[in-house]
Amino acid sequence: MDGFPILSLLTFLPVLGMIIILFLPKEQSNTIKYTTLVITSLQVVFAVILLGNYNYGAGGIFEQSSFQFIEKFRWIEITGISWIGTVKVDYFMGVDGISVPMVLLTAIISFIATLSSWNIKSQLKGYFALFLLLDTGMMGVFVSLDFFLFYIFWELMLLPMYFLIGIWGGPRKEYAAIKFFIYTLFGSIFILLVMIGLYFSATETIASGERVFTFNMLALMDQTNYSPDGILSPFNPENMRLVAYIALFVGFAIKIPMFPFHTWLPDAHVEAPTPISVILAGVLLKMGTYGILRISYPMFPDITRDLMWYIALFGMVNIIYGALVALAQKDFKKLIAYSSISHMGYVLLGMASLSTTGIAGAVFQMFNHGTITAMLFLIVGVIYDRTHTRGINDFGGLANQMPVYTGFVTVAFFAAIGLPSLSGFVSEALVFVGAFGQESIRVLTMISTLGILLGAAYMLWTLQRIFFGTLPEKWNKLLDIDKREYAMFIPLTIIIIFLGIYPSAMLDIMNTSVNTLVDYVAVSFQNMQLSGF
Amino acid sequence: MITVGLEHFLVISSILFSLGLYGVVTRKNAVMVLMGIELILNAANINFVAFSKYGNFGYDGQAIALFVIVLAAAEAAIALAIVLNIYKTFANVNVDEIDKLKD
Amino acid sequence: MTESLIINIATMILFLPLLGFAVVLFFGKKYPKIYLFEVADMLLVLLLSIFVMIAKIGYFPGSIVYSFNWIDFGNVPFFGNTVIELGIEIDNVSAIMLVVVNLISFLVHMFSIGYMKGDSRYTRYFAYLGLFTFSMLGIVITHNLLMMYIFWELVGLSSYLLIGFWYEKKSASDAGKKAFLVNRVGDIGMFIGILILYANYHTFTFADIYAQMQSGILPFGSEAWLTAAGILIFMGAVGKSAQFPLHVWLPDAMEGPTPVSALIHAATMVAAGVYLLIKIFVMLTADAMLVIAVTGAVTSFVAATIALTQNDIKKVLAYSTVSQLGYMVMAVGSGAYLFAFFHLVTHAFFKACLFLGSGSVIHAMHHEQDIRAMGGLRKKMPLTYMTFLISTLAISGVPLTSGFLSKDGLLAGTLAFGNLTGHWLIPIFGFTVALMTAFYMFRLVIKTFHGKPRDMHKYEHAHESTFVMAMPLVVLSALSIFIWYTPNPISADAGWFASSWVQTPESVVPQDLRFEFMQTDTHETAAAEHHITHSEMYTEAMHSAHYPAMFLSLGLGGLGILLAFMMYQWKKINSWKLAMSMKPLYNFSLNKWYIDELYHATVIAGTLGLAKMLTWFDQKIIDGIVNGSAWLAKFVSKMSDLFDTFVVDGLVNFTAFFSGFIGLTFRRFQTGKVQTYLVFVIFSLIVLLVIFRPF
Repeated sequence: MDGFPILSLLTFLPVLGMIIILFLPKEQSNTIKYTTLVITSLQVVFAVILLGNYNYGAGGIFEQSSFQFIEKFRWIEITGISWIGTVKVDYFMGVDGISVPMVLLTAIISFIATLSSWNIKSQLKGYFALFLLLDTGMMGVFVSLDFFLFYIFWELMLLPMYFLIGIWGGPRKEYAAIKFFIYTLFGSIFILLVMIGLYFSATETIASGERVFTFNMLALMDQTNYSPDGILSPFNPENMRLVAYIALFVGFAIKIPMFPFHTWLPDAHVEAPTPISVILAGVLLKMGTYGILRISYPMFPDITRDLMWYIALFGMVNIIYGALVALAQKDFKKLIAYSSISHMGYVLLGMASLSTTGIAGAVFQMFNHGTITAMLFLIVGVIYDRTHTRGINDFGGLANQMPVYTGFVTVAFFAAIGLPSLSGFVSEALVFVGAFGQESIRVLTMISTLGILLGAAYMLWTLQRIFFGTLPEKWNKLLDIDKREYAMFIPLTIIIIFLGIYPSAMLDIMNTSVNTLVDYVAVSFQNMQLSGF
Repeated sequence: MITVGLEHFLVISSILFSLGLYGVVTRKNAVMVLMGIELILNAANINFVAFSKYGNFGYDGQAIALFVIVLAAAEAAIALAIVLNIYKTFANVNVDEIDKLKD
Repeated sequence: MTESLIINIATMILFLPLLGFAVVLFFGKKYPKIYLFEVADMLLVLLLSIFVMIAKIGYFPGSIVYSFNWIDFGNVPFFGNTVIELGIEIDNVSAIMLVVVNLISFLVHMFSIGYMKGDSRYTRYFAYLGLFTFSMLGIVITHNLLMMYIFWELVGLSSYLLIGFWYEKKSASDAGKKAFLVNRVGDIGMFIGILILYANYHTFTFADIYAQMQSGILPFGSEAWLTAAGILIFMGAVGKSAQFPLHVWLPDAMEGPTPVSALIHAATMVAAGVYLLIKIFVMLTADAMLVIAVTGAVTSFVAATIALTQNDIKKVLAYSTVSQLGYMVMAVGSGAYLFAFFHLVTHAFFKACLFLGSGSVIHAMHHEQDIRAMGGLRKKMPLTYMTFLISTLAISGVPLTSGFLSKDGLLAGTLAFGNLTGHWLIPIFGFTVALMTAFYMFRLVIKTFHGKPRDMHKYEHAHESTFVMAMPLVVLSALSIFIWYTPNPISADAGWFASSWVQTPESVVPQDLRFEFMQTDTHETAAAEHHITHSEMYTEAMHSAHYPAMFLSLGLGGLGILLAFMMYQWKKINSWKLAMSMKPLYNFSLNKWYIDELYHATVIAGTLGLAKMLTWFDQKIIDGIVNGSAWLAKFVSKMSDLFDTFVVDGLVNFTAFFSGFIGLTFRRFQTGKVQTYLVFVIFSLIVLLVIFRPF
């Protein structure tokens, strides 16, 4: 695999597809669909190839040498700018154990979402072109190792999302799309500010021997690169690292979405078409937590340790609050959206534990939530396609009318509840194990366990209201799921069950990296500060 | 007997200037306006010569008066040519009606 | 015969029911007869587990363990190499449990063939039974707490599916949901308990945790945490074994098919809580044990009082189950490890028999469950009657039955406990419950089988069950006879079950945290070789409590039976008048102490109210703030628009207007006439001269 730019391929394959689609005539809707399907399935293939060649033993996180599939070259270089000197931006991609699960997830979810897009009726060409652009943005975020590049991809996926919700969405699509857009842009600004602050605080040596300001994430993680007077330098006694950390955290938290920045999510989900909800819940939310792990944690280990308790607190609030609000929902899709908020709380809680078990659980939960919630949204989509309603109380007794569908629903629901032998359990359990081991957040962890009760409550209640009881007369013509829907559900079900029984398949990928990260954040940095600076 | 002094010259020249000015301002006919201007010039000439005579300026005044006379002649020639052209363009030489400057 | 053979067979025992589940679930639609595969599968599993039990008890004195690394975290900062192990452990207790579970499971499968005939989801039902058996066996043979928790939840799932099997009925799906959620409450406690242990010992394995405890390592270095861990894990048992105050789900669970009630909600799953307590018995501190004993005693008392007045045949049995489970829990709490487990086994058989018997009656009566509509069935269903009676005798503690042995031992244990620790309330509750049990069970028998039929129409159609349904009854009632457990019908001590098969393990908590009677006798070296946890003191107390307990329980049991006959058979006492004479108490019992109502009014209403409130908060406050800031932004932009239009643009326009105005004013001067200009010039000159006049 040496030298083969697989990450660029993974990232820009969808753009290629988009270009093809743009050249296709509007009428050839099937060609457009199949092109997208081919592209996304190729992406899955490449992601699997990537996994096959991935070295499980390399840690990544802060060392370039232990990143894999690295692609690095100078992208922008302007020399001799007055006081700055050389401005350079690298095209720098690479993966470690934290990004590989996300790359896999993105590929799988995009593929599933393509299948789910088959029902899109209007303006197919535009839809699929934007869809593929979105795919590129997501993939790019997970493989970029240069902050500038990261930010570009981060913003790149905003625009297609806006249009995908705003054009193909439900009745209140404009409101939802604008809310989503402004909210996330609001967060992006914080990220941008911190990015610039970091840029002017640290330097790295380039080939010519000159020390230049840098966007290179790995260089930004190395505390020795910071100049003593940089605004975000740990060696500057008047630094603004705390403020910057909070700003960065807010930027990422909006994507997660973390209470109280979460209200864009239910609206966006309810209005977005099914495949976009799937992508939104499956991949986009993970970018927030991924960003925290990739950027906030290693770049600000000191602040991370100081604010650990608050992160856990917000995790707890997310879990309980999301679950309670979900309990009161009457719209199926909104319920799933709030359950999503609750489940992302586990990720926060696990990350806050700063322990291997907790963070591995968090990353695993990111993957599992991606697959499980994707499946839940597909489930809503199936029923919405058939009945054009999402009111939970409009249904009842579907178990007899659509038995196979009910089977998949049961699997997905119980996975969301965290039933052992399904993947959600392992990650939630690891999160709790890790968080409980950390003394400062132990009480918060104990309160958070209420989430597994509340989660069961709203899920089972929903299951009962929709699938049990007697079938209303008007739905006795409903058909069980068709072949295409089988094709969406089966891969996800297999993943959910497989990872529930054999979680090592995923955990082994990330373990080394998570250990490295924990070591870096909780141990190394401390030593470094003690030893001289 | 009254000695003719500078004041007398100045009074004459003032009267002359005033007449000239009056002519320039009030006459409608462009030729009359020109004549007014000639009067003003001559009033100036008288001043020049008078100050030259009674002041200690040597002959500078006279010399300038000569220049002015020459200039007046030239001016009259050009002005008359302009007036002719105005007449050709507007078919009259009434300065009231020629207000193209306004535009 | 090697250990690995036992392990392999045990693994097969575990996974064969899962195979049955998968096969029946996926091929059930195509081949409706496939349920026979599941039944045959269970027969095989039963034979294998009998083999395992004999082999284990006969040839391997120690426990047989197999484990593997489920998750390997590698070299974890702070802790070094961290792995999560799963594995199975076969000791005598689990070997016996294997047979109990599989035997009852097999018999219930048999019974269900007849009972469920004609159901629209016949094969699905058998699939679920397979899933349940798999999950239950997982609990039985696990060697670590994590796997315990995993299968704990899985039995919860199968219980949910089976209770709500007839999900068209709202009450059934409600009951399933309730069972799952109430259990989850307990599971949260259990989970936190497990977390406490893991956070300190970095392993889930029982043996490793106990080894570290024995070496003196306490959780977070504190005794309170050890007690807390014990009590929290016990919460799991409170949920699953339907202990007060989480017992509310079990009576509702009777919405499931009756064989399911027999298997899950009487014999096996609900006993899992007691089994868990037996597994963690050695790590319980005195305080934790006291909590457990009191919980058990209260549960058995509350449930027995409710059972006195219920009229649904299954509800009576359900509350009796809760009551008996309370007994077992109480026994564990009072240190009677052996008799708790013994009672678990005997209770499993006779209660399964009672439930299947009630199933047989319900089946015969066309799904009539109210005992007020029954009566006189003795003649129509002699076999059912006989087996039901034997089991009733067993549960009432009549000599020659297994129930007598276990109950007697159990009550002796509590008596000894009361004697040694001064907590007399526990034996008092225990003996009171013995009286009530005998009474309400015979009330049930008499009302159902004796006297005259009350609903002639249904009575006419009643019939004895077929072989598949009768055979399990016979087997189970046969197992309610003393002979299987001990040759001496009045004492279990001499029997193989109590003397050699099951032994009370040595406690691992520090000496000063145990009850005095459980402290190891330092002066006696003989005790060490026998590996007994209890001191001589306890043995003596137990010995001296044996006969008082026996006579007391016999007397009270007899009194209960007599009362029942007086009231319902011979009608010497008018039960209705008696009930009316203490109406508040009667209503209190009939309405199950209003506990459901209490929960509905507080916990459920509170949670839903909070959920509604938070939703309101979410939509009005948070989203209000969001939309408010959007509105504010819009407002500000509108204001700046206005500012732009009127102030900024206004200024520009004003400048233009002003110059226009000036222009207009001055254009009057601009006549275009040279003469006018000249006048101005001169006028201005004069003005200037006047202003700047040099004189």
